Amino acid sequence: MSTATLAAASLNLEPANESGMDQLLEIAMGPQHPSTHGVFRMNVVLDGERVVRLKPVFGYLHRNHEKIAENETYLGSMPYTDRLDYMCPLTNNWAYALAVEKLAGIQVPERAEYLRVITGELTRLQNHTCLIGFLMQDMGASGTPLMYAFRQREIILDLFEALTGARMMCNYMRFGGCRVDLPAGWLDQAKKVVAGFPRFLDEYESLLVSNEILMDRTQDVGVLSKELAISAGISGPMARASGVDYDIRKVDHYSIYDRFAFRVPLGSHGDVYDRFMIRLLEMRESVNILQQAMRDIPEGPIVDPKTKIRGFRPKPGEAYGRIEGPKGELGFYLVSDGSPNPYRYRVRPPSLINLTILEDLCLGRNVADIVVILGSIDIVMGEVDR
Amino acid sequence: MVGEGILKGLAETARNFFGSYVSKDRLTTVQYPEQREPQIEATRDFPFLVYDGADWQQGMRCVACQICEKECPPKCIFIEKSKDKKPDAFGKMQIYPATFNIDISVCMSCQICVEVCPFDAIKMDVEYHQSSDDRFGALLLNKQRLSKSNEYYNAIHPTEASAVDAQRAEELAKLEAKAKAAAEVKAAAEAKAAADANPALNASPQQPAGDPQ
Amino acid sequence: MNLEAIKSEIEANVPGCRLELIANPSPSGQHSLLLDAEHASAVALYLRDTPNLRFDFCSNITGIDWPGKEVSQKIKVRKLVDGVEQEVEETRITTIPGSLEVVYHLYSVEKKHGPIVLRMRTKDRDAGVHLPSFTPIWRSAELQEREIFDLFGVLFDGHPDLRRLLMWDEFQDYPMRRDYVDPDDYEYEPTAHDAVLQRARQHLSQANPVQPSEGEAR
Repeated sequence: MSTATLAAASLNLEPANESGMDQLLEIAMGPQHPSTHGVFRMNVVLDGERVVRLKPVFGYLHRNHEKIAENETYLGSMPYTDRLDYMCPLTNNWAYALAVEKLAGIQVPERAEYLRVITGELTRLQNHTCLIGFLMQDMGASGTPLMYAFRQREIILDLFEALTGARMMCNYMRFGGCRVDLPAGWLDQAKKVVAGFPRFLDEYESLLVSNEILMDRTQDVGVLSKELAISAGISGPMARASGVDYDIRKVDHYSIYDRFAFRVPLGSHGDVYDRFMIRLLEMRESVNILQQAMRDIPEGPIVDPKTKIRGFRPKPGEAYGRIEGPKGELGFYLVSDGSPNPYRYRVRPPSLINLTILEDLCLGRNVADIVVILGSIDIVMGEVDR
Repeated sequence: MVGEGILKGLAETARNFFGSYVSKDRLTTVQYPEQREPQIEATRDFPFLVYDGADWQQGMRCVACQICEKECPPKCIFIEKSKDKKPDAFGKMQIYPATFNIDISVCMSCQICVEVCPFDAIKMDVEYHQSSDDRFGALLLNKQRLSKSNEYYNAIHPTEASAVDAQRAEELAKLEAKAKAAAEVKAAAEAKAAADANPALNASPQQPAGDPQ
Repeated sequence: MNLEAIKSEIEANVPGCRLELIANPSPSGQHSLLLDAEHASAVALYLRDTPNLRFDFCSNITGIDWPGKEVSQKIKVRKLVDGVEQEVEETRITTIPGSLEVVYHLYSVEKKHGPIVLRMRTKDRDAGVHLPSFTPIWRSAELQEREIFDLFGVLFDGHPDLRRLLMWDEFQDYPMRRDYVDPDDYEYEPTAHDAVLQRARQHLSQANPVQPSEGEAR
């Protein structure tokens, strides 16, 4: 039996109309498809090359993180948050710490807030760099842009390792501050990396932005309207590419973002190209914030001395804390019943909720566009499936 | 002009390609087993137990308090307390772990055990060559495999280890000063008692030597 | 934004709705409104469309399981004991019925305010687990309500596509409920202790009811 007939035999072929002339083809993209950024399946119904229906299938990486956290102490969940969106562990730590601080009413010292902003924005830089690399890989620009992105990311990960001890599973934030202070020479090294970042962005932009093939593949592909973006709870760069002026750093005034001058780039079309450009522009703003934060960082304690590491029991109540993660609104909702474990622990995963509109964006497009649209949504399956 | 953007991009790749011959930060590849990246000091992977001195059993700092076992998020530590006691680094009689296992196939290197340990007994290692064809035995580290000397700790995390050593030295000095003061008070009292009346028994209680294992 | 004011505004404008303000004792101060299921959609629409509120962004939807509780109280009752009326202490057990709760966190992208926290409770945890779906009002509820259906078993009436999200379709139970029992599928666990060790032993005893020493060579 040839490969083609074997493949056809395993597919569910159904006629589109009575005559059976047009046949719809249902294929499963994934879970092992390299473009799905992990283990994610899309059941796609095709009419020729055109997408008629697309149903995402989740759960291949489901380990019920929320249930694990309910059986774990508050601190014990902190290392597990690294593994949600494993591309940006530090922002996950931050969101969780923020929610617990709201729940228990903990104050964070000045220096710790600066450390959080610095590490958080570095995380945003490396996430967006990689995302653009992956997006290009999805489009068939195999290798070069991704390798450039990874080269740059590695420099930032070295900074993370020098500070937190691990490149990706940092486990750095604590309730009321951060775990360790900056080692000697770290800040100078980080300043050098951040100062060199715009040069990399210039290179990256001249490599990609005006590339005609890229424009052809991305412009007017996967257009997301502003109304749908708001209604579907789309957040982060993805919403801003559709012109939704909503950046939680500006809206919630959490941490110390009020002190920094930065702009929020907005797109106008809401297509893949806008989502790609928004990330490039956001990185420039992150560099801005980083330069200001590293200039102003004060000396002082890095953790609230009143908060205990062991035997931490917040009073009964609940709190929802959210931050502007690199992928969108990352929130943690905690319900405490006064015991050492949270009664309810919920992650609001931006990757999952941004996938709500995947079908809307893909309908009527070609198969190859699915890959590009999915790449521009920026998902990490560790967070989608939790 | 169509193609201008592509040409611009090609110029960029050319710059990177030829630049890699002259600029080191454009060529980041390291030929792994032969060449190694320099170790970053804060790096951590799996925990190990620190011992003082030369004998790993005698000098083990762990007193089997089981705090790390309770706090470990994935519950990869298993401790059994000893029945007898041995003196710790400060000369105090303490129980010690009869069994101390860490399953590094479960451990996620979060270093919460290090943070909660009040005795500076457990620290993070940097040894990442742990692969093995034995799924269970080789990845279940027992007390002996976990024990590493304080010199080793000083070699892998110099800044952190010297801070810990300084703190412990200070504690020891404090204890010694306290013991000395107590001894002086005691001696004075005994001298007074001896002067007062008939000679009493004044042998100070001898501590029995610990017998670990 | 004052939740009291919003509550009275909704009560004035959505006829018949019953709202209850649930105070949150934690320092976060995020108090919430308990909606009744019949008028929930009308209230949600009101919150979304009223120009001064405009809660157009449904950020987070959470399920919470509150199992039924038995509260024992000691009360003194006057009773005839051996013909004499005496005060006797009796233990009375009152059962508080359990429910599944769904919590919504709404924000406004247009007005840039929020959050307002809404909650709804099911009648019980068995047959009455129906709640109205907010998916027609906010698209972002689509996947999150599916997740709550999957993990808690709340049935959202009016949801266009209520299937399991994370667990597989054939799965029977609801894993996030407090009374969920893990399946007995144990791997070798070298550092097992406490509850894990007990369950590992139990699993082993079930897997090999006849110990090898009892005769037959295995």
